[in-house]
Amino acid sequence: MESNVKSKLRKFHQAKWDEQIIFELDTPDERGIVVPKAEKHIVNKIGDGVSKIPANMIRRKSPALPEIGQMRVLKHYLRLSQQTLGADFNVDIGQGTCTIKYNPKINEVIANNPKASAIHPDQDESTVQGALEIVYKLDLFLREVSGLDKFSFQSPSGSAAILAMASMVQKYFEVKGESEQRDEVITTIFSHPSDYSAAAVKGYKVKMVYHNPNTGLPDLSSLKEQLSERTAAIFITNPEDTGIFNPHIKEITELAHKVGAICCYDQANANGILGITRAREAGFDMCFFNLHKTFSTPHGCGGPATGALGVVKKLYDYLPKPTVEFNGKRYYMNNNIKHSIGRVRSFPTMFPVVLRAYAWIMSLGADGLKETAEIAVLNNNYLLNKIRKIKGASAPYAKGKHRIEQVRYSWEKLHKDTGVTTEDVTLRMADFGFHLWSSHHPFIVKQPFTIEPTEAYSKDELDEYINTLKHISKEAYTTPEVVKTAPHNSVVHKIDHSWYDDPKKWAITWRLYKKKHKVK
Amino acid sequence: MTKNKPYIHPYIPNSVPAVKKQMLNEIGVKTIDELYEDIPGNLRLKKKMNIPSALTSEYELKNHVEGILNKNQTCNENISFLGGGCAPHYVPAICDEINHRSEFLTAYAGEPYEDHGRFQTLFEYQSLMAELLDVDVVNVPTFDWGQAASTSCRMAQRITKRDTVLVSEFISPNRLMVIKNYCHPVMKIEMVKHDKKTGLLDLKDLKLKINKDVAGLYFENPSYLGFIETQGKEISRLLKKNKSLMIVGCDPISLGVLVPPSNYGSDLVCGDIQSLGLHMGFGGISGGFIGSADDENIIKEYPSRLFGISKTSVEGEWGFGDVLYDDRTSFGNREDGKEFVGTAAALWGITAAVYLALMGPKGMYEIGQVILQKSQYLASNLNRIKGIKTPKFNSTNFKEFIVDFNKTGKSVEKINKALMKKGIYGGKDLSKEFPEFGECALYCVTETHTQEKLDKLITELKQILK
Repeated sequence: MESNVKSKLRKFHQAKWDEQIIFELDTPDERGIVVPKAEKHIVNKIGDGVSKIPANMIRRKSPALPEIGQMRVLKHYLRLSQQTLGADFNVDIGQGTCTIKYNPKINEVIANNPKASAIHPDQDESTVQGALEIVYKLDLFLREVSGLDKFSFQSPSGSAAILAMASMVQKYFEVKGESEQRDEVITTIFSHPSDYSAAAVKGYKVKMVYHNPNTGLPDLSSLKEQLSERTAAIFITNPEDTGIFNPHIKEITELAHKVGAICCYDQANANGILGITRAREAGFDMCFFNLHKTFSTPHGCGGPATGALGVVKKLYDYLPKPTVEFNGKRYYMNNNIKHSIGRVRSFPTMFPVVLRAYAWIMSLGADGLKETAEIAVLNNNYLLNKIRKIKGASAPYAKGKHRIEQVRYSWEKLHKDTGVTTEDVTLRMADFGFHLWSSHHPFIVKQPFTIEPTEAYSKDELDEYINTLKHISKEAYTTPEVVKTAPHNSVVHKIDHSWYDDPKKWAITWRLYKKKHKVK
Repeated sequence: MTKNKPYIHPYIPNSVPAVKKQMLNEIGVKTIDELYEDIPGNLRLKKKMNIPSALTSEYELKNHVEGILNKNQTCNENISFLGGGCAPHYVPAICDEINHRSEFLTAYAGEPYEDHGRFQTLFEYQSLMAELLDVDVVNVPTFDWGQAASTSCRMAQRITKRDTVLVSEFISPNRLMVIKNYCHPVMKIEMVKHDKKTGLLDLKDLKLKINKDVAGLYFENPSYLGFIETQGKEISRLLKKNKSLMIVGCDPISLGVLVPPSNYGSDLVCGDIQSLGLHMGFGGISGGFIGSADDENIIKEYPSRLFGISKTSVEGEWGFGDVLYDDRTSFGNREDGKEFVGTAAALWGITAAVYLALMGPKGMYEIGQVILQKSQYLASNLNRIKGIKTPKFNSTNFKEFIVDFNKTGKSVEKINKALMKKGIYGGKDLSKEFPEFGECALYCVTETHTQEKLDKLITELKQILK
């Protein structure tokens, strides 16, 4: 165990308020807030307003919302917030692929300015020149980061950006008259699940390239076999969830282009390669960046988010509309996009997210962006070096190689030796104020865990995380019950999962709980 | 970063040369560049990115960004009647207090243990929305109304195994674009007409278009154009007879006074929570809800997270988790997951929960009432101005209504420019979205429109149209 006090094993206990469900706080006639009333003159002229509604459309039975005084509502949600472990509290490196980094507070101050929050998307363009300027300038910055020619900020997440890319691919081939012939897209098993599922939403047959079990890289010969004149596009991440950079990426895009396919780059997470390598040089036609990952905007418990979607010139005409443009004098929204797929969201841009990302880039500049990537990679390889020495842990694939920004590790040996699973370890980590993620599909790496340190955490913090993993490994080998019965210092104890998959028991709302479990 | 002039950014602690060196030593390399060994030389970026130099102090950064933002004019500094799915509602202080909390703001996807609060709050969001909508199931929010409507159509397709969806011609054209793109090419969309006098759905046209390929009908109530559809039950009967689903989009702020769609037969109800305690943010703040009965055949078609309540190993303790996660979601299974799931709008779901908990049934009634009173007041006064007809349809409206300027001889564009000079943003110009209406604008009135603001609009319009 390290003796450094800055990396000590933390004697943590999360807040545990034993807080009620909001409905249990109901006291008839209490009020949380008062709504403005219509002025006397208006009431005199109009009356109650409600009786003008056709009788069959007037709600007679009030919604059974609870009635609670203001301070009690505040306290309730403050308590629930204390039972949530945000990145501001822990060393949030245990959710690899998600790039959980520092979300600068100044960017929150900026985003909460009424000049940003109290503007409407249909205002006259002359009154929102500031907002449009920021959107346009972020476009310019991301063109530099990617080498591509134009960015759209309409997609409200990475998955939505994949959907938008698949839609553009489809439209492109419809215009070319090849959409019936090109009914397949190809992705890789270690790309994000949405590269598969969002493309499938558009009716594509999705083919998957599996990895080579030694290198961990997508199998080139399998890709070659699957590419054909039926291929509309490839959707690929690089580095994939394994953190291994695919050196054959240019060859892959060339092969895809040779059969006439479009190359789509999932750069949801580009944190290790800013200013190092780009979509253009690798031969991609489209890419997207998650502003809530690489570009530091807060994750908000799962959104709001933005998938900033970039394209090369030949695909400009297919972008969602409107785009934001500049004519040398003023910024404007351009709806005149010849083959636009239309919209992927009701309103044109995810402005509050765009604004924060703009501020983040301005605080770093070109050099700072590159420094971000380099330190993220340094941190990751530092962890890799330490974690693979922990008893029971391993880093499958690419033995002896360095990784880019993250690594998918395995507790397979720990599990074989002790019976302790990744899930057990994740729950035990909660006892020390940490979050460790069990990873999403695919479940190829056995007992997986994925760690991505980003640039945001100090060496001492990384050491603390490592020390805790070491400690838990030691527990697994000596006192496995302690790990298997975790968490002990968290808000709640082992949850009964039988309620989640049984239609007779599942309760997705409080009213359903009361109905199914016979509670008055 | 030049090697001889280290620059330690406040966001990047391990830039400190001594620390960096120690870490490189531990890894066993001399430079960070060696860690990029897998990137071929021809893919390495040789030039520096053309991005401005860093604004190194926080003060400079704030000054710079605020300088740009100050070029904006806001709906606080002016009187705005713009709506159409994004409206200036009052945001209770506690809504922002909670969504600014570091814990909620910076959490992502922790387990139901260390993120118990996130799970409980979103479960409560589902539960509070369920009361407002009078349904048993509501999802963790998706991106926005457009997405919620699109996914509802695709759910109907999977539930009924039919490929056509009928859509009301008076829904928001922006949402229609989202639905069209999302359903293309695997669903056929057919538009259903409305009566040009009452604005209501044309049941004759609906009957003509219902057939065995129809998965469902999507319409909005109150509609995008503000009028209240009164034929819900009849529409539902027609659809049920054909085993097609009724999908209704609605603005939840209306549901303290208006009957929720489930009460007149909706199988799926959807909409946006922007009106429930959220700012406008240039249209960048939204969250889409979908609600339904607790029917296994429907539940298994939701792509979204659905948080459920459960027990733990300790008596009296609540636990939370994902209902039907492994088979249903793309996180659990990419090949057979329904559509896709991922980061969407959770923070706004949390905020809407706070809003509904504060408002209670009385607050929701009162806000519905005041919106009705104020919009009726404005409409009746505008109607007295020569040349203006409002509402355009012979119908009752909620929050929004069409002001018909055709007989004024002036275009909406001109009128709105003149209003802007007086510090008023007139209603949304419909002449591009619905050219068949001619010169019409969609006016939006909320609880934030004091009589003074409404009277100013009335006075200025009289002046402009004189």
